[in-house]
Amino acid sequence: MEVGWWGVLIAMLGGAIRIGTPFLFVSLGECLTEKSGRINLGLEGTLVMGAMTGYAISLHSGSPWLGVLCAGLAGTLLGALHSWLCSFQRVNDIAVGIAMMLFGTGLAFFLGKPYIQPSAPRLPSIDLGGWSNVPQLQAALQINALFLLGIVVAITLRWILKNTSWGLKVRVVGESADAARALGLPVDRIRILSTAQGGFLAGIGGSYLSLYYPFNWSEGLSSGQGLMAVALVIFARWQPVACLWVSLLWGGAAALGPSLQSVGITYGYYIFNAIPYIMTLAVMIVTCSPRRNLVGAPHELTVTR
Amino acid sequence: MDVPKNLHKALESFLIIFGSLLVSMVLFGGFVAVAGANPFEVYHTMYRAAFGSSFSWQNSLIRAAPLMLTALCTALPGYLGLIIIGGEGAVVIGGLSAALAALVMPNAPPLVVLTAMALVGMVAGGIWLAIGGALRHYRAVNETISSLLLNYIAIAVLNHLVTSTFRDPESLNHPSTRHIGEANMIGLIPGTDLHWGLAFGVVACVLAWFLMHRTVFGFASQIAGGNVRAAQVAGLPVGRLILIVCFVAGAAGGLAGMVEVAAIHGRANDTLNANYGYAGILVAFVARNNPLAIIPVAVLLGGIRASGGLLQRVHDLPDATVLVMQGIMFLVILFSETLYGRFSKFQKQGAA
Amino acid sequence: MTTARKLTRRQVLKGTAAVGALGMLGGLGWLGKAWGAQDKVKMGFIFVGPRDDYGYNQAHYEGKSAVAKLDWVKAVDEEKVPETIEVQKTMESMIKLDGVQVLFPTSFGYFDPHILKVAPQFPNVLFLHCGGLYQEGKHPKNAGSYFGYIDEPEYVAGIVAGGMTKSGKLGFVAAKPIPQVLRNINSYTLGARSIRPNCTTNVIFTGDWSLPVREAEATNSLVDQGIDVITCHVDSPKVVMTMCEKRGIYCTGYHVNQSKLAPRGYLTGAEWNWAKVYMDYADMIRKGTEVPHLIRGGLKEGIVKVSDYNPVVTESVRKQADAAKAKFMSGAMVVYKGPIKDNTGNVVIPAGEEYIQTDIRLESMGWLVEGVIGSTKS
Repeated sequence: MEVGWWGVLIAMLGGAIRIGTPFLFVSLGECLTEKSGRINLGLEGTLVMGAMTGYAISLHSGSPWLGVLCAGLAGTLLGALHSWLCSFQRVNDIAVGIAMMLFGTGLAFFLGKPYIQPSAPRLPSIDLGGWSNVPQLQAALQINALFLLGIVVAITLRWILKNTSWGLKVRVVGESADAARALGLPVDRIRILSTAQGGFLAGIGGSYLSLYYPFNWSEGLSSGQGLMAVALVIFARWQPVACLWVSLLWGGAAALGPSLQSVGITYGYYIFNAIPYIMTLAVMIVTCSPRRNLVGAPHELTVTR
Repeated sequence: MDVPKNLHKALESFLIIFGSLLVSMVLFGGFVAVAGANPFEVYHTMYRAAFGSSFSWQNSLIRAAPLMLTALCTALPGYLGLIIIGGEGAVVIGGLSAALAALVMPNAPPLVVLTAMALVGMVAGGIWLAIGGALRHYRAVNETISSLLLNYIAIAVLNHLVTSTFRDPESLNHPSTRHIGEANMIGLIPGTDLHWGLAFGVVACVLAWFLMHRTVFGFASQIAGGNVRAAQVAGLPVGRLILIVCFVAGAAGGLAGMVEVAAIHGRANDTLNANYGYAGILVAFVARNNPLAIIPVAVLLGGIRASGGLLQRVHDLPDATVLVMQGIMFLVILFSETLYGRFSKFQKQGAA
Repeated sequence: MTTARKLTRRQVLKGTAAVGALGMLGGLGWLGKAWGAQDKVKMGFIFVGPRDDYGYNQAHYEGKSAVAKLDWVKAVDEEKVPETIEVQKTMESMIKLDGVQVLFPTSFGYFDPHILKVAPQFPNVLFLHCGGLYQEGKHPKNAGSYFGYIDEPEYVAGIVAGGMTKSGKLGFVAAKPIPQVLRNINSYTLGARSIRPNCTTNVIFTGDWSLPVREAEATNSLVDQGIDVITCHVDSPKVVMTMCEKRGIYCTGYHVNQSKLAPRGYLTGAEWNWAKVYMDYADMIRKGTEVPHLIRGGLKEGIVKVSDYNPVVTESVRKQADAAKAKFMSGAMVVYKGPIKDNTGNVVIPAGEEYIQTDIRLESMGWLVEGVIGSTKS
């Protein structure tokens, strides 16, 4: 069925979900981490490591969901390592993040060599578009349960941060480490835990890439998605549900380039494909200001001081 | 014993870095052992590939050359407390601009062309990095993220221009700009297999050290980096310092791009995006932002990267092994930051 | 563009010294000498990407593995060597440390400037480049190039695609609009239109040789436009093939056989057969025959091949495809026979003219044939 220009919109909708899901998980993970006052740029490495682990475990065990779980666990370990290193005096967390990125990526490529060739079992999809008789719309709405899980996590995270004592502790640690210590809170331990949990989510995001879309483990899988997620969190003002909308927006923007080409708009595809980056930069320029602190920014976060 | 404080600090730095490298090697050895290779054989192969012969030395040095320049992209803003990872963008924009500059003067003598290329490349790279600095100072946009985004945008601009507006119609299967002319290429240092780009790197690092450690400008920058409020209270023009330092840092990256074009390829194309910028970040951190230390660290890293090939061929280890080594080294060095000041042996008795 | 590198006295001396220092078998005169039973031909392969990418590099690696099995050959390889000065150092390292006598740098970007710079320094080592355009007199004497006319199996795959499509719309996910890629797109389309005259091919350029997410997006967009057979020219077709299988459409492969990735939808594919090329070279070197500077060939010479057909391919389509194959084998087939118009309406090959496969004009192709929806401009 010919859809012409509607195809572009449908592709953006589908892309928002398809490409946005890993961003959703990574940005939620980073959101939690940053709420506690720690910034984790190493999520790029965690993402790649999660992708590899998920694929490998799925291949060995035959169960892609087990792969997802193990990917999360791998992410937890990397996140904990990151935060543990940062808990020492004078260790710069942005620099550690860059180092973890290098380490995580290198480790994933190294261990992942034997998994490039074989095909692992894939995560199933859920057909949300059955009501439509437009095949393209059906395909765009064919999503994976992880997307739905991501929505649940976003809402849950918001609730946890607002309404539970754990969430309160995390926020206090993120706003003022001194106040937290005065209250007797174990600042470093809380940060390590929240970074580890953030890593868990990021690892799951990575497994989505390798086990669902584009369903491939190889060394070119990620192109800075983990780092973009950090920018997304700032864009979303550290609000978990806002991370959801921002991830969808990002996914739609990333789908724009190829879908325009499919209807014949071919000029400048390099520039179109860079739209997500340009968009993020533009948004950051417009919304940041030196005069007031970013609304919602955890005070302890080095990135906003 | 009245050893001067500077010597204490230098000794402390040296020992901690040396110890960190040793620990990294041990951890890496453990890693390859788990992967099934003999660590000592791996060490030997790495040494052989990096520093074991005249050929190996030259291999390491030639890989170190661009890293010396791109490390400055991260090291210099580091004095101001900024963490900028935009070296890749500076290299790409600088290289492209340099290549284009050569093309507008086809009949000029080589020395003029090369000078123009260098200047244009440096200015272009400098502006690119200064954008990140400006965004940080005037709009409080985190410079790490903005410089990263600018990297991706720079690569997109390079690809777009090289494949459309400035494409050499004869460069069919590998879209590039037109060749700058054989006569304009940078030659080899006599007696070696190394091009003069290596000299640019060394000179740039030395000059950078002078700038930051022996001039009022450098001193002011360090103050601003230590405490912005105090600097502003003291009347230092923080914004201007940020812009100038970022510009100089970007100029170094742009120069690296120009060298890639003028010494190796003769044209600008997608191979300018060779991850020199990202490797430079690692060099800067290991060298603790000190431009003089960048020179040996760049050579060390060049050696590590040079060993990747032989590790593949001799031990059947994947290319990613070298990435893991770099990651471990980076992590250990960063961790060692916390060790400074903990060893009482290095603290001078009495008030500072 | 490229210029003759002057072989300085210093370089000649260095090259000779390097060769002598390694004590290469029998000294300098091995070219043209017959091999003894203990002599091994030492070959070095350089890949730009990972050797198990289910695509371009894997095709070369499979060729290398085949030739390495011969017990009178010793082959080393290195993967993921970028097209910067690093490949120069890799080549020199293989020559100096491994004693390699013939090098196969397999990525296009290795030729200029890298091979052109290193080859003159080692006049007794052969530098055989995949895809380069060796020019007699312009390029060093110890260099050469080889390539296959993979657009021939692409033409046959196009016939199968054109015969099996229901919507009449084909899709092509390509990396960059360079002549080798354009030639594949055009041959594919010409083949498809030979069996179904009005079918079209939508092209999407991703911009680079290996971008999994973008390739997946491109495939999805193409399917959304009603396209039901897709092929690709990227370094690793794995993503495109699996995405086609997921969306339930047909696909044809490239570089190596990807039928395992898409058992339902993989109709056929255009594959390399580098093993033949490498074994031929090894044999020539062993026998001491002069190695030609330029080796090109298609289906007839066995350098490329067509994948087996999927069971769903109908009998009539098979017949037409086999007929085309037979014509290639006999040497009678001319894909680029005038009149041919490009997709902007210009006549690019006038009536009565035939560009046979070896025609140099095909190597600088810059147009897309009528029926292709897309543009070569970025």
